[in-house]
Amino acid sequence: MTLAPGDQIELRVTPDRYVTVRYAGASGDFNPIHIDEEFARQVGLPGRILHGLWSMAQVARAATEAAGGDPLALRALSAQFRGMGRLEEEIVVSGEVRSVQDGVATARLEARQGDARLIRNAVAELRGG
Amino acid sequence: MPPLPTDQIGRAYPADTYAVGREKVREYAAAVGETNPLHFDPAVARDAGYADVLAPAMFVVVYCSRPFLTALFDPELAIDFAHLVHGAQEFRWAQPVVAGDEITTILTVRDISERAGLRFDTFETVSRNQRGETTCVGTWSTIIRAGEEG
Repeated sequence: MTLAPGDQIELRVTPDRYVTVRYAGASGDFNPIHIDEEFARQVGLPGRILHGLWSMAQVARAATEAAGGDPLALRALSAQFRGMGRLEEEIVVSGEVRSVQDGVATARLEARQGDARLIRNAVAELRGG
Repeated sequence: MPPLPTDQIGRAYPADTYAVGREKVREYAAAVGETNPLHFDPAVARDAGYADVLAPAMFVVVYCSRPFLTALFDPELAIDFAHLVHGAQEFRWAQPVVAGDEITTILTVRDISERAGLRFDTFETVSRNQRGETTCVGTWSTIIRAGEEG
């Protein structure tokens, strides 16, 4: 798979209502804002919110799939966390390959959910350019 | 905002070793929606040249979780959890991680600063496998809002 500048990246995923529970167990991040509806509301959130690193993992998946699916294609990924991710609402990860040099493609990505940008200014370096 | 514990900048925490288990790799891969059989099926992974199932790149958060939480809960850093958010994250991967690996991570406090009423902390993790090869370097940035309500 050869990536070229201008290549578009897109991944759509809808987190189901228990994804934060599974991710808490898988990752070890049991912050109650992700798994306890009552606690989340008590601290002023609209309800349980997604883990930022789960959302970043969706950006990693989108970049990896764009590179042909080799899990080792992803050499580096940076991201800024912004809006709070909600359950049961579709997330759209989108991006574009900006440059390719010495077989390494650099892509810019973001993750949106409705009007909220959950992840912005993400930069992925991918082998396979 | 209380005085910043800037004397902690440069501090490295004791090394933490994480044993990567096959079922943990599968559990993590499923939780983030991975479908590549390299993450789930040891036979497929072996055919591809790996000793066992391959961890997804972002599995780094699993083997770095304990060092990161140790720093966040360290009284010396005086982190106000009620106002803590994860601001940014960066990972650079160097070597694949497979089930059976033992990953040793050292976390260092890189920076503590204050700007516009917000406290910014930056941590670096360097993780190496049992052969001493670097698997991933992470930069973890947190933001603490001023706690007006105490």
